Amino acid sequence: MPLVGTPVPRLEAPDKVTGAACYVDDFALPGMIYGVTVRSPGPRGRIRRIRLGDGIPWEEITVVTARDIPGDNVVALINDDQPCLAAEVYNHAEEAVVLLAHRDRALLERARRQVHLDVEPLPPVLTIDDALAAREVIWGTDNIIKSYLVEQGDVEAALREADLVVQGEYETGAQEHLYIEPNGMVAVATPEDGVTVWGSLQCPYYVQKALMRLFRLPPERTRVVQLETGGGFGGKEDYPSMIAAHAALLSWKAGGVPVKIVYDRTEDMLATTKRHPSRTRHRTGLRRDGTLVALDIDFVIDGGAYSTLSQVVLSRGTIHAAGPYRCDNVRIRGRAVATNTPPRGAFRGFGAPQSLFALERHLDVVARAAGLPPEELRRRNFIRRGERLAVGQQVRDGVDLPALLERALQVSGWTERKNRFRQENQRGTIRRGLGLSCFLHGTGFTGSGESHLASTVALEGTAEGRVRVLTSSTEIGQGTNTIFSQIAADALGVGGEIIEVPRPDTAAVPDSGPTVASRTCTIVGKLIETAALSLRQQLLEEGLLPLPYTTGDFQAACAAYVRQRGALRATARYQPPPGIHWDEVRFRGDAYGAYSWAVYVAQVRVDLCTYQAQVEEFWTVQEVGRVVNPTLAAGQIEGGVAQAIGWALYEHVAWQEGRMANCRMTDYIIPTTMDIPPIHVWFEEAPYPYGAFGAKGLGELPMDGPAPAILNAIHDALGVSICRVPATPEVIYDALSREEALV
Amino acid sequence: MSDGSGQQIDLHFVVNGQAVTVRCHPMARLLDVLREELHLTGTKEGCGEGECGACAVVMDGELVNSCLVPAAQAAGVQLRTVEGLAAGGRLAPLQEAFLHCNGAQCGICTPGMLMAAFCLLQHNPHPSEEAVRVALAGNLCRCTGYAKIVAAVARAAQEGGDAL
Repeated sequence: MPLVGTPVPRLEAPDKVTGAACYVDDFALPGMIYGVTVRSPGPRGRIRRIRLGDGIPWEEITVVTARDIPGDNVVALINDDQPCLAAEVYNHAEEAVVLLAHRDRALLERARRQVHLDVEPLPPVLTIDDALAAREVIWGTDNIIKSYLVEQGDVEAALREADLVVQGEYETGAQEHLYIEPNGMVAVATPEDGVTVWGSLQCPYYVQKALMRLFRLPPERTRVVQLETGGGFGGKEDYPSMIAAHAALLSWKAGGVPVKIVYDRTEDMLATTKRHPSRTRHRTGLRRDGTLVALDIDFVIDGGAYSTLSQVVLSRGTIHAAGPYRCDNVRIRGRAVATNTPPRGAFRGFGAPQSLFALERHLDVVARAAGLPPEELRRRNFIRRGERLAVGQQVRDGVDLPALLERALQVSGWTERKNRFRQENQRGTIRRGLGLSCFLHGTGFTGSGESHLASTVALEGTAEGRVRVLTSSTEIGQGTNTIFSQIAADALGVGGEIIEVPRPDTAAVPDSGPTVASRTCTIVGKLIETAALSLRQQLLEEGLLPLPYTTGDFQAACAAYVRQRGALRATARYQPPPGIHWDEVRFRGDAYGAYSWAVYVAQVRVDLCTYQAQVEEFWTVQEVGRVVNPTLAAGQIEGGVAQAIGWALYEHVAWQEGRMANCRMTDYIIPTTMDIPPIHVWFEEAPYPYGAFGAKGLGELPMDGPAPAILNAIHDALGVSICRVPATPEVIYDALSREEALV
Repeated sequence: MSDGSGQQIDLHFVVNGQAVTVRCHPMARLLDVLREELHLTGTKEGCGEGECGACAVVMDGELVNSCLVPAAQAAGVQLRTVEGLAAGGRLAPLQEAFLHCNGAQCGICTPGMLMAAFCLLQHNPHPSEEAVRVALAGNLCRCTGYAKIVAAVARAAQEGGDAL
C-alpha cells in the first residue's frame, strides 16, 4: 500500500510524548561546564578596554576574547562582515564580546556582571530612513547591503496613460521567531581532535563551514550533530553557527572540556535574528475596467548591522513583490539596508511575507479606488498558465487561480457573510469584516541557488535488511523524518517499517543542503526518490530481487547484497529541471522551478471599546502539488497561519536604541489557544514533475497570506485602511482617530 | 543546583508514585530539582518566568509552572510529570491521542501541554472545546496553531474515559 498521500503518524512522536526526546538542554557530557556571553552595551561604539572586576576567582574561569580565535574572526554567510566576537568596534546592541566558562553557573553569572567594557559610543543608524540618508555610513559606502531592479515595459509611460493611479506606503515590523526551545549548543574542541558540536539547529553544514574557518580545520575534523530541535522557523538557520563557535572557543581554551551554552529566553530574544522590518511604496496604474497597466514598487528591508542572509531575503521579497498577477509594465526596486540593530535573518517566508503584505493590502485600496470588489479586481488580473511573471518567468504550473478564488469565496460563504456583516455593523460596538489575499510562493532556493548547492543524498541498505536515508535535512517539527520515510518506502516499493532516518551528523550524512526555503519535501525528497530507484535497480541487476517482491524479499535481497558484495549504497545529486534558466546579473528568468499558489480569507471582529481585532475564522485554499502527508501538511498550514496571525495583530518588537525592549514572553505576545480561530485547510493538488511524488513547497506559504487578508478584513469592518503590521489596538485607535479628525 | 550560598535542605516528596529525597537549596526552582537532581528532563524550560507552560507539572492535583515553584514548596507533595503518564510500558490515552492527531510537532511544548490536558481531564473528563482551549491557554505552542492539540485532547476525552 502506498504511503505517500496518507496520514502516516509522526515517526519520532513517541519520544516527544513521553519526555524521552533529547534536546540540547537535556544533553550532557561527563565533566561538562557552562558558558555565558558578555555583550556590547549599546548600538555602536569602540571597545577601549575589557576590565575584569573584583571579587571573582578569575583564575578558575575560562575567559575568551577575539584574540583567542585560532582562525579568521568571522561568521560568514555571504560576506565576511560579521565577527564571531567583537574586537575593536561593535555594531549592534547585544553583540558578543567576551565569553566565560565555569562549572558553577551561579558564579558564572556573578563573573559575567564583573566584566566591564570601557567603550566610546559612536552615533548609530537605527531606522531605514537614517540608513538611506547615509549621514552616518556604517556598511559599505552607502549603507546599502544589496539592491535589485526588476524592470519590464515602460512604467512611467504606462502611469501617464493610466485612467487611475493609486499610491500607498506599507510597513511591517520585526518579528521574533519564538521557537519554544531557546538556542543552545554543546562543544568539545581541541587542536588534536578538532571540533565537535551538538545542538539545536536547522543547517548542519552551515555550522560546519563557520567552524572550519574559525578554527582553520578541515571538514573531517569539524563535526556537527543535530539534537532534537524545538522549533526553528528560520531562527536556527544562521545564528547556531555563532553559538557553536562560542561554545567551541571556550572548550578549545579550557583544554577540551565539554562546554554547554543554552540561552535563556531574554538573551535569545535580545541577541538572535528577527524577521526583517520592511517599507514598501506602491504606485499602481490601471485602466477603467480594472486592468493593471503599471506596477511601480519600491521595497526596502532593514538587514541590521551585518549582511547575513539579507541579500537572499531581498531577492525573494523582490521577486514576490508583484504577486500572482499579469502586468506588462513593472518596476520593482529592492534594497536591503544596514542599521545598528542585531542582524536580521531567515524567518519563514523569507522576504515574501513583507512584499506580499504590501501588494495584497494595496490591491484592496486600489479596488476601492476603482469601484470594484477586491475579489473582482484580482480576478481580472490573475496570471494564467503560459503568461510571464515580472521577472520574465513563464508560468508552467497547472495553476488555476480563478478556481482557487471561487473555492475560497464559496467555502467561506463570502457574499452571504459580507451582506450579514453589513447589516449587523449598523449597531452595537462590534464590527466584523472579511478580507482575502491571493499569493504565490516559489519552491526551493531562488534563481541559481539550488544548482550552486548541488545537494546530495544517500540511501544505504544494511546487513539487517533495512534502508537508511542519509541527508543533512533536519527534523525541526515540520515532519522531515516521516515524509522522508514515506517517500523512500514508496520509491523502493516496501513497507515504511524498514526505513530509518538517522539524525543528521556531518560525519555520517552527505550535504543535502540547508533545511530552509520549503525545499525539504519537494527537492530533497525528490533526490531520495531518485536514490531509492537506483538502489532498487542495483538489487534487480544483481538478480537478488524477484518481481514482484514483498518487503521481506527486499530485506533478504539487501542482506544478501551486503553479505556478498559489501556496502549497498545509492546516491543522487541535484540537477535543475530541464528548461530552467536564471540570469543572476540581469535578475531575470526562471526564479524558481515551481510555485505554490493560494487564496486565503479572514473573518475579523473589531471591538470598538478596546480597539482589539480578533480573527474569528480563517479559510485557506492552496495548490501545493502532491500532498505527501495530509495531516502533517495541514499542521504546517495551521501553524503558519497562527504565526502570521501573530505577526499581523500581536507581535510588536519595541526597539529602544537598537535594542529589543520587550525581550520577554510577558510583553512580546504570541497567540494562545484563545487567539487562534478555526483554520480550514483545503488542498488542490497539481503534481509537479520535478518534486518528490509531485510535491511542491509548502512550509512557508501560509506565512505569506494571512496578514494582508486580516488587514483587508479590518478595512472591510471599519472602512479604515491600516497599512502596517502588527495592527495592535494602538494602531487601530490611531487610524480611527485620524479618520474621525478628517470627517 | 548550588546558588553558591551553601544552605541546603533535605526535601521529601512523591514524584510519579515514587517517594524521593533530594538535597537542595530551599529556593532552587522545582524545574531544576526535577531536571538536574532527579534527571526527569521531560519537563522543559521555555521562558523561565511562567509564561510559556513548557515546564508545567501537576502538583497535588493542580497544574503549576515548575520554573516558578521554589523547591521548599514541594515538601510533602505528590507530583506528576510527563514521565509519569505512561504506565507499564503503555502510553496513556492522552499520549496516544497526541500521536494520532499530530498534536506534537517540534515537541518542546508537548510535555507541558500533556500535563495541562491531563490536569483538565482529571477535573473535567468531558470538557467542551472551549474548556480545552481555556485549560491550555497558559501553554504556548509555536508550531501547530493549536488545532491538532485541541483535537487530541478532545479525542482522549472521548476515548480514554476514566482510564486517563
